[in-house]
Amino acid sequence: MGRKARLRTKSVFGKILCGIVYIVLFLPIAVVVVNSFNATTSKPYLTWKGFTFDWYFKLFDNTSLLTAFGNTMIIALVTTILATIIGTLGAIGMYKYKFKGKSVIDGLLYIPVVIPEIVMGISLLTVFAKVSIPRGMLTLIIAHVTFCVPYVIFNVRARLSGYDISIEEASMDLGANRFRTFWEVTLPVLKPGITAGALLAFTLSIDDVIISYFVNGNTMTYPLQVMASIKSGVAPDVNALSSLILVGTIIFVILTQGNLFKKKMS
Amino acid sequence: MISMTKKRFREKTLPAAIMVGPVTLWLILLVAVPLIYILVMSFCSIDEFYNVTFHFTVDNYKHLADASYIKIYVQSLVIALLTTVICILVAYPFTYIIARTKSRFKSLLYMLVIIPFWTNSLIRIYGWKSFLGTSGWLNSVLMKLHIISQPLDLLFKQGTTVFGMVYCLFPFMVLPLYTAIGKLDSTLLEASSDLGAKGWKTFLTVVLPLTASGIFSGCIMVFIPCLGYFFVSNILGGGNSDVIGNLIERQFKSGNNWPLGAALSIILIVITLVLVKLYQKTGGDMDSLGV
Repeated sequence: MGRKARLRTKSVFGKILCGIVYIVLFLPIAVVVVNSFNATTSKPYLTWKGFTFDWYFKLFDNTSLLTAFGNTMIIALVTTILATIIGTLGAIGMYKYKFKGKSVIDGLLYIPVVIPEIVMGISLLTVFAKVSIPRGMLTLIIAHVTFCVPYVIFNVRARLSGYDISIEEASMDLGANRFRTFWEVTLPVLKPGITAGALLAFTLSIDDVIISYFVNGNTMTYPLQVMASIKSGVAPDVNALSSLILVGTIIFVILTQGNLFKKKMS
Repeated sequence: MISMTKKRFREKTLPAAIMVGPVTLWLILLVAVPLIYILVMSFCSIDEFYNVTFHFTVDNYKHLADASYIKIYVQSLVIALLTTVICILVAYPFTYIIARTKSRFKSLLYMLVIIPFWTNSLIRIYGWKSFLGTSGWLNSVLMKLHIISQPLDLLFKQGTTVFGMVYCLFPFMVLPLYTAIGKLDSTLLEASSDLGAKGWKTFLTVVLPLTASGIFSGCIMVFIPCLGYFFVSNILGGGNSDVIGNLIERQFKSGNNWPLGAALSIILIVITLVLVKLYQKTGGDMDSLGV
C-alpha cells in the first residue's frame, strides 16, 4: 500500500471513529427527546404509542417536578453568586499576599476536585447531623458552594497568571482608593476568568446528583426527583422538561458565545 | 513604630484577611473538619437504635476485610480500570483528530463533546437503560429486522456498568487530552518524520511523551470518580456490579451504620491520596485537574 492510500484509510478510519463517538454521545439524549413525544400512559413508559405534545402541557400540572426544578434553579443561582464572590476574592488574595498557611489552603482546594463525590456527600452529611443543621435548601446550598469554590478559584487564577500588579499601584497613584481600584481595574481584567468560573459553578450545581443525594433532607432537586422516579420508570413529562432544558441551554450558548460557531478558534 | 504597624495592618493584613478569610474559613469548616470527622467516626460504634456513639472500636475496620466486601473492592477496581483503559483507547485517537483538524468546524466539534453533558447525567443514563432494555429501541429494531428472535439481555451486566461509566466520564478524559494535544508543535512532528522516523515511531517517541501529561490527568479524573458512581451501577448494573460507592451509600441510607460507612470511605480517601501522590510524582500539575 502506498503512502497516500495509507493516509486515506487512516483518515476514513478516523472519520468513522469520530462519527461513532458523536452518535454514542447523543444517542441517549435522542431517546429522551423522542420519548417526550410518546403518547404512552402506562409504566415504564417505554413502548411507543404514537406522537403527542401532551406531556409538554401536562408538565405544568406536575407540581412536585416543577418545585424540584425551581429548587434546582434557586440553589444554582445562590451557589453561583456565593462561590463566585468567595472564590474570586480568595484567588486574588492568594495571588497578592503572602501569609502563613497558604500552602495548606492551596492543598484543601484540591480535595473537592479529586475526592469521590460520595465522600464529600457523606462527610458533609455527618457534620450537618452533628451540629443539627436541618437538612434542606440551606445545607444543599452550603454543600454546592463547597464543591464549586475551587473551580472558580482555578479559573480566576488562570487569568491572574499574566496579571501585572503594578497597574493597581498606578491606579492608586492616580488617586483612586482601594475599592475603586478593585472595582474599576482588577475586576475588569479578571472578568473572563470570573465568568468562566461562574458558568462552571452554575453547571456543576444544576447537574449534581451524588452530593445532593446525601444532604437534601426532604427538599427535592430536579436530579433527585429523576433519581426517585427511575425505579418505576421515568414519566415522559420528565423527558419533556429535560428536552426543554437542553433547548434552553443551547439557545443560551448560541446567544452568548455565537462566535464559537462562526469563527475558527486557533 | 505604632503608626508603622497600623499602616501595615491597614494596607496588608486587613485586605488580605477580607479576601482570603472567607475561603479559608469555608475550606476548613466544610472540607477539612468533615473529613477529619469521618476519620473519627470510622472508629465509633453504634447503639441499638443505630445512633453513633463515641465509643472507640476498630470493629468497623475488621468488617472491611469481610470476603463479600473484598469481592466488591476487586470488582470496583476492575470496573474503574476497564473504564479508564477504554476511555484512553477511544478518547485518544478521537481527541487527536478533533484537536488537530484544520476544518473550520473545529470549535463546533469540540462543543459537540460538551453539549450532551448539559443534560443531567441521570437522565442520560436512564436514556441508555431505555435504549438497551429488553423492550428498548435496540432490541425492537434488531427483532424487526429479524437479526435476532429473542430480545438480547443487555442490562444488569458488569459490561453495561462499565459502558455507563465510560459514557459518564468520557469528557474528563477528552478535556485534558485536548489541551495537551492542542499544545503539540507540528514542526516537531515534521522534524521527526524528516529525520526518517516512521509514523508509529514518531507517535511513540514524540507525540506520546509530549501528551502523556494529558493522559495522566485524564486517568485521575476518570479512575477515582468511577469508584464512587453508585447510581450508574444501580441503574445499569442492577446490583450485579456494585462499586465501593454502593457499599457506602447503603450504610448511609438503608443500612444506617454510619461508622461502617465512614470506614468504607476511608478506603476511597486512601486510594485517592495514593493516586494523587503518584500523579504528582510523575510531574502532574494539580491545576490541570480542575479546569
